[in-house]
Amino acid sequence: MIDIIPKIPVGRFLVDIINFLRTNLAIVFAAIRSIIATAVETVNSILTTLPEFVIIAIVALIAWKTAKIKVAIFSVVSLLLIISMGLWRPTVETVSLVLVATLIATIIGIPLGILKARSKTFASIIEPILDVMQTLPSLSYLIPAVLFFRIGIVPGVVATVIFAMPPSIRLTSLGLEQVSKEMIEVGKSFGATSKQLLLKIEVPLALPSIMMGINQTIMLAFSMVVIAGFIGAGGLGEIIIAGLQRYNLVIAIEAGLSVVFLAIILDRITKRLGQIYDVKKS
Amino acid sequence: MIELKISNLFMIFGDNPDLAFPLIEKDLKRKEIKEQTGQVVALRDINLEIKKGEIFVVMGLSGSGKSTLVRCINRLITPTKGEIMLGKDKNNILEAKKEELIELRRKKFGMVFQRFGLLPHRTILQNVIFGLEIQGASKEKMKEIGEKTIKAVGLAGWENSMPNELSGGMLQRVGLARALAVEPDILLMDEPFSALDPLIRVNMQEELLRIQRKMKKTIIFITHDLDEAVKLGKRIAILDEEGVVVQVGTVEDILINPANDFVKTFVQNIDRHNVIKIDYITRDNKVVLNPEMNPSDAINKLKKTRSTYSFVVDQDHKLLGRISLDDLAKANAEGNKTIESSIKQCKSIENIATLSDALPLLITSKTVLPVVDEDRVLLGYASEKAVIKVLKGDGLND
Ligand SMILES: Nc1ncnc2c1ncn2[C@@H]1O[C@H](COP(=O)(O)OP(=O)(O)OP(=O)(O)O)[C@@H](O)[C@H]1O
Ligand SMILES: [Mg+2]
Repeated sequence: MIDIIPKIPVGRFLVDIINFLRTNLAIVFAAIRSIIATAVETVNSILTTLPEFVIIAIVALIAWKTAKIKVAIFSVVSLLLIISMGLWRPTVETVSLVLVATLIATIIGIPLGILKARSKTFASIIEPILDVMQTLPSLSYLIPAVLFFRIGIVPGVVATVIFAMPPSIRLTSLGLEQVSKEMIEVGKSFGATSKQLLLKIEVPLALPSIMMGINQTIMLAFSMVVIAGFIGAGGLGEIIIAGLQRYNLVIAIEAGLSVVFLAIILDRITKRLGQIYDVKKS
Repeated sequence: MIELKISNLFMIFGDNPDLAFPLIEKDLKRKEIKEQTGQVVALRDINLEIKKGEIFVVMGLSGSGKSTLVRCINRLITPTKGEIMLGKDKNNILEAKKEELIELRRKKFGMVFQRFGLLPHRTILQNVIFGLEIQGASKEKMKEIGEKTIKAVGLAGWENSMPNELSGGMLQRVGLARALAVEPDILLMDEPFSALDPLIRVNMQEELLRIQRKMKKTIIFITHDLDEAVKLGKRIAILDEEGVVVQVGTVEDILINPANDFVKTFVQNIDRHNVIKIDYITRDNKVVLNPEMNPSDAINKLKKTRSTYSFVVDQDHKLLGRISLDDLAKANAEGNKTIESSIKQCKSIENIATLSDALPLLITSKTVLPVVDEDRVLLGYASEKAVIKVLKGDGLND
């Protein structure tokens, strides 16, 4: 029975497409590669030139200003713990990756979210794509990234950007859709152009939701950055994976704990930024 | 002067408004048209003229189309058919292009919203200058006008507070200030006080009247509250549940000569004598005298009009008192040169008095009384009979 079905060279076909893209869009990929590499390198070098204690102080200050004193204390304690575990450098690497990936994901994701809220056609195209993206296992993002960018930090960032982008798109669009009709009328009645309407009414009112999207993007970026350790993206992810492969549970757990600390700190800070109006009030 | 003229305005919500017109011709109701075509006829053949500097009130029950009507004026809603002409240039708002429309909204109109519509992420000052910011005004101008306007609505000191720190009444003052800050010719107010507590509402109504006296804006004021309508509006349009203007007129017109049963039931619960002003029943005097006249001329004047008394006014037409035919005869017999010494003091009614203010005076004085304005200029006279006639609801069409 099975013999009747002809063998279709699916794999061959896809590889051909990938090769075609690789050769014909080589300049594009090279450009992306160098932009990402430079960005990560820059952030990383800034973070490594600054003394540890300065960074800890800055983080504590931000945490204190945006969130609560408790978060500031937690930040100080956990960052000190990371230093004492000897994981500062890979932590900085991971943070650089996460920051750059989040930045790119939001720079692309927020405009896409605005577009999604504005255009029904675009929404109907992107909605199923987002659905698929959010059901795919995170490992599967590594494959195309590796195919186009080989291994290392750049494909790690690319995979992270794609994996972490959906919440930015979704929550930006949701926030804009939830802006009340009355607020739009206020803008229009005073003669706002559609650009003014977007910048002075819709985006500010959608900001809590947009910030929530960024928050979730950061969280997804953390989980992906660990997985990107598989393709040599460096940082805590690589340590965890190497530790697991060599049954060095101690180092794996310590690195894992560091990831958790970072995630908690960034989560608390960005969550509070989302409630920016309450902060202003008090 | 007419500021805004609305002619044959129709607003039909739905995907194919053309379907509704034949049924409108046949005078079908909104509900029937909706069932047959799916279109909602919100406004039906509206014709209104709004004068410069007046508070024009549009009143109607919920769903009558009031909000739709104001939104047609600044084209937040684009009407299906009709004309809205602006001022003396006869600009048809409905033909304005996109840029013209933006310009119109920026310069011509200021809108006040029922639920205030303040931007929660902006301070009070930033909210008030929102319109100026949209226009691209300079920072200094925004600050200056913003602070001035905030002061004008009595909120000085609150400039840097956030909206969630203010009470409802204060928030609507901000809403009003925001609309006034762009110095519009026309204020559009869609039930601006409906969300406020009764006491605050009365406060705000008085505030609006005060501001109006100072700034003389043209105000289109929407309300579903008849008491509010008669308090604020010189002229009122009543929308029925089909989106038809059933009557336009002064408060008194509407109370005394309701156009149909709908208006009659609408106004039946209002106590007329607290609303209708004495102005409404004031008649012209057939004769008035000056103090320098000599008695025999005065007697002739009275006899010519078959009067038994007359009011006396000075050269500015200000009321001095009254004088009766008997007094004049006495003065004549005594050989007085002028009638001045025979003038008797008399009570008077100010023209802003309501019927209930005037009635006790009229009853106790047992005679007609002169009606004067705030400067005591004589306007005419009022009689007890006329007041009672109005209160009985007979109208004045004798
Ligand atoms: N966007 C719309 N689509 C369809 N029908 C609408 C729309 N907006 C209003 N309507 C209908 O038009 C009619 C008039 O509505 P409108 O909001 O103008 O009434 P209103 O007099 O302001 O009422 P309220 O006192 O409740 O504010 C109503 O029957 C309403 O259901
Ligand atoms: Mg309404």
